[in-house]
Formats: sequence, C-alpha cells, structure tokens
Amino acid sequence: MRIPLDWLADYVEVPADATPESVLEALVNVGLEDEAIHGGDVRGPLTVGRVLEFVGEPQKNGKIIRWVQVDVGEAEPRGIVCGADNFEVDDLVAVALPGTVLPGGFEISARKTYGHVSDGMMASSREVGLGSDHDGIMRLNEMGYDAAPGDDAKALLGLDKVAVEVAVTPDRGYALSMRGIAREFSNSTGAAFTDPALIETGSGSGYTVTLADDAPVRGRVGCSRFITRSVRGIDALAPTPAWMSQRLTLAGMRSISIAVDVTNYVMLELGQPLHAYDADQLTGGITVRRARAGETITTLDDSERKLSTEDLLITDESGPIGIAGVMGGATTEVTDQTQNVLIESAWFEPVTIGRSSRRHRLPSEASKRYARGIDPTIQEAAAERAVQLLVEFAGGTADALGGIAEIDVPETVAISLDRQKAPAIMGIAYTDAEQRQALEAIGADVADTESGWLVTPPAWRPDLTGPEQLVEEVARIVGFDRIESLLPVPPAGRGYTQSQRIRREVERQLAAAGATQVLLAPFMSRAQIDMTGEPAAELSNALDNERRWLRTGLTAGLVEALARNVARGLTDAAIYEVGTVFLPSGEHGTAELPSAAQRPDAATLEQLDNLPKQPKHVGIALTGARTPKQPGQPAAAYDLADAIDLLRVAARAAGAEFGVRQGQRSWTHPGRTAELTVGEAVVGYAAELLPAVAKEHALQTVIVGEIDLDLLEQLRRASLAPGEIAAVPAATQDLSLTVASEIPAGDVLAVVREGAGGLLESITLVDDYRGAGLAENEKSLTFALRFRAADRTLKAEEASAAKLAGVAAAEARFGATLRA
Amino acid sequence: MSSLTLAEQVESAVSRALAEINAATTSRQLQAAKAAHNGPDSELAKLNASLKSLAPEQRKDAGATIGGGRKQVGQALTDRAVEVAAAEEQAKLEAEFIDVTALPQRLASGARHPLALMQEEMSDVFVGMGWEVAEGPEVEHEWYNFDALNVDPDHPARSESDTFYVEPEGSHLVLRTQTSPVQIRSLLTRDLPVYVVSPGRVFRTDDVDATHLPVFTQIEGLAIDRDLNMGHLRGTLEHLAKAMFGADARIRLRNNHFPFTEPSAEMDVWHPGMRGGPRWVEWGGCGMVNPNVLRAAGVDPDEYRGFAFGMGIERSLQFRYQLSDMRDMIEGDVRFSQQFGMVI
Repeated sequence: MRIPLDWLADYVEVPADATPESVLEALVNVGLEDEAIHGGDVRGPLTVGRVLEFVGEPQKNGKIIRWVQVDVGEAEPRGIVCGADNFEVDDLVAVALPGTVLPGGFEISARKTYGHVSDGMMASSREVGLGSDHDGIMRLNEMGYDAAPGDDAKALLGLDKVAVEVAVTPDRGYALSMRGIAREFSNSTGAAFTDPALIETGSGSGYTVTLADDAPVRGRVGCSRFITRSVRGIDALAPTPAWMSQRLTLAGMRSISIAVDVTNYVMLELGQPLHAYDADQLTGGITVRRARAGETITTLDDSERKLSTEDLLITDESGPIGIAGVMGGATTEVTDQTQNVLIESAWFEPVTIGRSSRRHRLPSEASKRYARGIDPTIQEAAAERAVQLLVEFAGGTADALGGIAEIDVPETVAISLDRQKAPAIMGIAYTDAEQRQALEAIGADVADTESGWLVTPPAWRPDLTGPEQLVEEVARIVGFDRIESLLPVPPAGRGYTQSQRIRREVERQLAAAGATQVLLAPFMSRAQIDMTGEPAAELSNALDNERRWLRTGLTAGLVEALARNVARGLTDAAIYEVGTVFLPSGEHGTAELPSAAQRPDAATLEQLDNLPKQPKHVGIALTGARTPKQPGQPAAAYDLADAIDLLRVAARAAGAEFGVRQGQRSWTHPGRTAELTVGEAVVGYAAELLPAVAKEHALQTVIVGEIDLDLLEQLRRASLAPGEIAAVPAATQDLSLTVASEIPAGDVLAVVREGAGGLLESITLVDDYRGAGLAENEKSLTFALRFRAADRTLKAEEASAAKLAGVAAAEARFGATLRA
Repeated sequence: MSSLTLAEQVESAVSRALAEINAATTSRQLQAAKAAHNGPDSELAKLNASLKSLAPEQRKDAGATIGGGRKQVGQALTDRAVEVAAAEEQAKLEAEFIDVTALPQRLASGARHPLALMQEEMSDVFVGMGWEVAEGPEVEHEWYNFDALNVDPDHPARSESDTFYVEPEGSHLVLRTQTSPVQIRSLLTRDLPVYVVSPGRVFRTDDVDATHLPVFTQIEGLAIDRDLNMGHLRGTLEHLAKAMFGADARIRLRNNHFPFTEPSAEMDVWHPGMRGGPRWVEWGGCGMVNPNVLRAAGVDPDEYRGFAFGMGIERSLQFRYQLSDMRDMIEGDVRFSQQFGMVI
C-alpha cells in the first residue's frame, strides 16, 4: 500500500516537520512493514513554458523535428529541439531546463543536436515519471492546468510529493486504505483522526438487485450487500482533476478516465472497491449468482474466460456482466461515450473472491481487498463519495435510481477478554487503562465486566475473533518494545538422539577423510530415476516439468554435481551428500483432510502417517586424481578401493562394519561393482560407473557408492563387548593357497578363518599372484595369519595345526591347494 | 736408525700416529689410522714385541715407555672418533635437507557444507540450553503442514504457486513448506513440557535465483510449558543471537501476522559484525503459539502456552558471511564448501 503523504494528511494530523522516514517509522511501530519511499525523484528547474513559435525541419532519416522557441518566463525565449508534433503555438508545456534531473538520474544539459543547440527538453508524462504516456509531450493546458511561463512545473505536476509504501499482512485488509492507514498513524502518534467514511449518505431506489447465491462456498454466502447509485449526464471525457490523478499516480495506479479514476480514488480512500457500469448498456435488473456450468464471460481486458460454478457473477438479463469482485465485463464497460453511470458498491465474501482471483489469475486491486475482508458497513458511504465526485468533476447529476440488497450481513461477535490475559501472554504488566485505551483506539467497543472487558471489534476487523487477537492489538498499540528478555528453564534434556549423532559423525569423518560435502536439490529427471528403477514420488506442480520426480537415491544427483565441477575445471573431486531419499510403495496419503479442531484419533493419525519411506542415505562420487602428481609422488587416480574405504569410514562412524562381495547394478561396471553387506542385508554398494553413463555427463572414470544410513543404524552392532587383551606372544605364519582364479579372495579368506578356529586372531590377504608356475586359470593367494591363545604362549605346532585346519576347509570348499 | 734410543723410537711412532689420527676426517680414515698405528702390525706393536729380546732388568722401563705411547695413541683415537662421528652426523643432516614447501600432499582436504555446519551450530546452542532436536519427514501430509498449523483451507500459501504437491492429486501430500509440521509431531508424541528445535530442508515453488531456492533449510523452535510469555521468546532468541553474532547482538520484535502464532512478530537481529557497519537484519518470524494449534495436537490451551520461531539457515549464512548468491549453496561446486572447511 502506497500512501501519498498529503493525502494521509486529509484524515489525520501529520506534523509539519514529518519526513517520509518518520511517517514510515510511526507506521512500523504499530505493526506495518516498511517497503519503500516513492516520488521526489525529479529535481532542478522543470519549468512551465509557453510555445511561441516553431519550425518543422525534415531530417535525412525521414524524421521531422521541430525547432521551437519557448517562453520560460525569462527575458529571452529558449530554443529547444523537439521530436514530438502533438503541440501547437501557445500550448503550455513542461520544460526540463539544463540542470533538471529526471527519474533514473537522467540529467538534462544544453546540447547540440540536429544543427541547433537545444537549451533543454520538452517533457512527456513518462519522462517525468507520471505514467507511461509517451505519445507526445505534456500539454499542460489540455491536462487542465492553469499556469504561467516560469512557474515551477514540479509543484504544478505534483512531482514534489512523496508517498511511503508499507506491506500489509493478510489479516489487515483495512490497512489497504487511506482510512485504515490514517487510523494506524493516529494510533501510533496520538494525532487526531477523522474517519472519511462518516459522511451523510443518500440512497437511490427503483433499481432491482437480487442476491441469489444458491451454492455458497464453504457455507458462506458470496454477496451480502449490494448497493447501487446512479449519476446521469456525465462528460466521460472530462479531465480528471490534477490533484486526483497525481494522488492516484503516486499511489501506484494509472489515471484512466474520470469515471474509472473516481472509483479507484474512493477504493484507495475507504478500502471499498467500486465498479462503474455504463447504465445504458445494462439490460434489466442485476442478479448476483454463481456461474452455471459452461458459462463464459468476456472481461474488461477483452479476454474470454471460462467460468467455474464457484465463480460469483454479476448478471443482468443479457447474462454475465462481471466476475464479482475480480473484474467487470466488456459489454457494460464505461467508455468515452458513456453518459449515465451505475455505481456498484458491494460486500463480497473473501473465500469466493480469493478463489476466483486465483482461478482466473486476476490479482486486481479490488480482489486483493475483498479476499482479505472489507468493512461491511461502508458501502453506502463509498457509493455516496463516488456520486459526489462524479457530480463535481464529470458534470453529472445524482439520480434517484438505485437499490440496496442485503442478506446474511456479517456481524461482529463480542469477545470476552480477561484483564490477566494480555499481561500473562506478553509478560508485561499492562494497566487496565492501557488495555482499554488500546482497544478503543483500534475502534472497538469496550464494556467492563467483572474479570475484564467485553470487546466488540470494529466492523473493519474481521480478523479479531478471539482474546489472543485482542492481546496482539494491545501489545502492538502499547508497543512491542516493552517486551522483556527472559530465559525459560526447560526440563533437563537428553542431547542428540543416536541417529542424529551418527549422521553428524558420518558427515564429519567423510570430510576428514578428504571428501567434500554437497547439498543438492532432490528433483530428478525420468532418466535419473530410471537408473535405479525404483518407483518414485512424482510432483503435481514441479518447477521444471522434466524434473518432477523425487530422488530415490543420491547417486544420480552426485554424478550430475561431479559433472558440474569437472565442467568448471575442477577435475579431481571427491564429493559426498547425506540426505533424504523418497521411496514410495503402493498408495500414500489420504483422500480426506481430517479436522484440526481437536487431536485426531489414533486410527486417523496412523492414516496420516501413511507416507513414502524417507530414509537418510550417504552417497559419494569420485573422479580424477586422489593424489595428483607432485614432486616425488606419482599421480594416483581414485579407484574402487577409495570408494569402499570412504564408505567404510562412514559405516564405522555409524558403528557398523560391512562385508564386501561381488555385485551387479544396471548403471555400474559389471566387473567392478561391490555390494556392501551387514549380515544378510545389503546396506549399499560401491562401483565404477558404467563408462557409457559417465560419458553422457562428459566424465571419465567415476567411482560412486551409496549406503542406507537408517538401515545401517538398525543393523549396527547391538552392543559393545570389550574384553581383556591377552599379553602373551603371538605366533605369525604365512599361507599361500592356489585356487581357481574366479573364486573371490574374500570367500577363501572367510573359509580359512572359519576353518582355522578360535586360535586365529587375525587374517589378511597380502598377495594375489598369477603367472609363472601356475596354470592359466589359477591364482595364488597369500595370507598373513596371526595366532594367539588367551592364556598361554602357543607352540609352533599348535599354530601350524590351526592353519592346516583352515587349509583343509578351503580345500574341501574350493579345491584349494597349499602352495609350497 | 739403530742409533736411536727406544724412547726416541716410541716418540717418533707416537707423533706420526697422532698426526695421522688428527688428520682423519672420516670414520674410514680413522679406521685406517687405527689399523696402522694401533693394530698388531703397528710400529708400537712391533716395539712392544721386541721387549722380549731385552734383558729383564731393562724391560720394565722400556715397557712403561711403550705402554705410555700406546695409551696416548688409544686416547687420541677415542677422542677423534667422537669428533669425526659428530662431524659426520652433521654432514648427513645437512645432506638430508628437503624443501618443505615442495612436499606432496597425499591426504586430500575435505570440507563440510556450511549450511550443515550452521545447522549444527544453532542446534548446539539449543541443546546447550536443554532443548532437544526433533526431525520429521520431508514429504508430509497436508494436515501436518497446514491444517494443524491453523492455516485456512483457502490460505494462498496452500496454492500450487507456493507449495509442491505430490501425485496423485487429492492424496494431500506435500513437500513440507516449513519444518513446523515437526512441531505438531512433537506435541503429539512427547510429554509436556516440550522444548524442541527442528532443523531441516523445506520446499517452496520459487524459481532458482540469487535470493530464492526451491529447496532451502530452516530451523524452527517450539516451547510449550505452563507459564511462558513473549519475554521468554525474546530472551531465547537473544541468547541464540549472541551465540551466533557476538555479545553485542540484540533482538527486536515487530508485530506481524502468521496463522500459527498470535500474537506474531517479525524478528530483527542487531548484527554487530555486519560489513559496512552494524545494523538490524530481518531474521525470521515468531510468536506465541495460536491456541488452535495446541487444540489440533490435543494440548489444552488453558493449561499450556508457548512460543514458536523460525529462521532460514541460508539467510543466516548469507548475512553472516555477506554471500550474495544463494545458488552457490545448492550447485555442489566443491569450492563453495571448501572455503569454509570443517568449522564456521
């Protein structure tokens, strides 16, 4: 809402020394949000001039420019070059003399052009920031101005005036008017306020208006009041008085025609949207009803709109003539030829108007006010004000024809407010007088009761429905700066949960191990989702329709981010993300929305929790060099072992150790895919990305991996069972086994371990040899074994016997032979 | 030669030995000197062997003379060995010089994402006060995201131009637009009093630009107890502000409107370290929890009362570090995280 300061001063005493900043501050103090200051951006000698004579001079480019002599109130006229041709000798014009600064910081100077020195510029409306008219220069005499050469054109055009802009929250529709803002300014500063809606009102009769809402939305009748008044014999082409068009412009609206300007002016003044119909285009009386299926209307903007049966319509016997509260129809629009005008001043219900406005994407000034709720008591006053202005400035006469239709007019309900409520909620020891005065200041009717007050909110405050809202009013009028600073004392807390600690530890350790954390958007393309083949949740209204699925894994997004890094020249990168993935299975959600008036029952809560599974995953993606080439250090590329190492770091941070086995994924290298297991469960994978997939992203070798952290948390070791450490010496032995080359080393190791029994403390694979001395399809695996007994020093024979038991197991299982 | 006395011979041998020993600069040279002058083939050894041919009465004096010479040579060898070893050690160390500025870095330097770090930092402040951290699903039921939070069925925030809806249409699933649904879940599942913060990702249908992301991070707080008031809200926020922005930080509350709180306020933080000078910065929204919200969670508003607040973590990061472009936070460029490292 933009508030021209001189307009504000019509209804409330604005101190003489007020600045835009001080007015804004006063409004902010009562809960409006400051947005901007407008106006005052034309500076310097913008001066009224009279055209004395001009010569048209054709130019090489085909244009004809005018060389004009202009009297600007000085001894000698000024010579000015002008490209416009819409003026005559003796016209009054606005001349930006050298030194004038126009909006945008555009400074005018005398300059040579078209063979003359142009000693200034004759300005159009747009050039001085008054609307968008750039068809020619301003002819001040035609615009209704009376002035003499040499007068200050800034003051004449109102360019010295300033407006402040505040943001209005959705609960405070009344503040979208000068009336509401003036009241708040008064509340903030104590200045005397005059309510512009308190005027003598007339009424008309004889015009039929029928309110026939047979399908209220959410049980609320769409139109409760509909007042009509008429004015006959107007001059539709009469100029809008300069002060009115200046105020409209400064308030951010365009001056269009006297009839439209008057309705907009009254709307800004009182907050009551009005509509003007060409009375001679109306057929019979008006009926307000819901649209019928298949009905259409051509609105003022000349677009034909399909109507919903929820749209509230203004109709006459010809059919729809307007979408209530949103936009009028083309057939009854006020035009240059209009002589007789019918004014509509109505109360429409917020939900209906809000829905129609969103449905038709028509967020008009009128719908904005209706959707927030307007005062249901000022329709007569607004209509009267419009009639008076039309009579005064469009030369019409107020006509007796008019009508009033009313049904279910919303009433304000009195609220009981305990005197202890506001002090308890705000922690401020308000006096009774403070509370009472604050409530009276906002326009409420306050009656004493035993425990406090019975408060009837003013008609323009439909948002005040309970004691808490009244507390807020008291708090903002008295001032939020009175709020103390106290620290509550919660019951003793338990700190972070196990899964929160695990996630934090995983994130920290992966970074410590050399990977860089990223956080990526979860929106995926079909191709990315298809990579894993899992069913994915789909958005109804994705920003990018190509990416309307939610990720089922982290890998695809990480590969994409890796590609972005490489494209930016960061060719060596190890990135990781810890984030949510979305795994729908079957149907989720509910058909009904349960009431929020009370706690839903257990069965309903269970239904509400029928959501897609959303576990946390950790994913990694690596490419380029783990260690780049450096002095004395050959380059080493990231490989699968690095990925498994990083994921092992992550798993250990979560308190779990995984096993590794050969695996397959559709998007990974068939021979270089590791499946990560805890017990029987697959908790994740690590693999080299299929070269074809890497190539799609213009990447070389990429290593990826992902673990389901939630699953890992479930499978982590149940409890620690630390024992004593045996101090007796160990017996170490090596073991080389020859097996078929396709047998996984990990399987051989596991079998040897099992076969060797409890004396085997540790076994590690130290070599995988193929070549001379072995058959083509054989390999020799060498393990380092460490044996120990808890209670004694092992004899060499005992260790050898245990080793041979392991060999026997491997022989039985894989046909392994001991290699000499 | 034979005209020289034994004493003269010993003296001569000793002086040659000492000359060679002192000339030795390496342990190898010293070994050679030792072999030549202190070994079985040395002159002194030969003189010693010749004692046998002397008359017994001459032997004692001659033996003493030779023994003195040998002792002198032995001592010189020992002393010189220490000197040579020290010199050699010194030379070895000098030879082992390396250019420490050219050493390879073998362990890559990783980094945390600053949004994750800031989320932790803020959570830590609350945990330090005894609050707990609650989390919830990102695909959420509309009831939790709107209805239970007193958002009218026709509130514009529910429109498809603000909120992501999940298929199929009419299933009432949304991508949560705030972490407030977690507050409802906390009230439904925890014992009162409740003091929780809920950090996490939220979603709005905003196109990506320098100041908007369709997915961003919030931290919200909820305290429900018997005697809480706006002063406790302000004090809690002030504590957080001082922890985040320094001891001089302050909180200013300005009246505003949110469906889930009444009274509601916009909170500004006085940021003493702001580039270009300290000033007020809009930080988030807050207020006393609307009784309708408590009713939806089955809490009696006549018995319990509380406050709630929420702020954007991206925004907090932005003004603490004067970051102008939010897109950097979500594109996954490693340089963005790496400039923060492991701690912020």
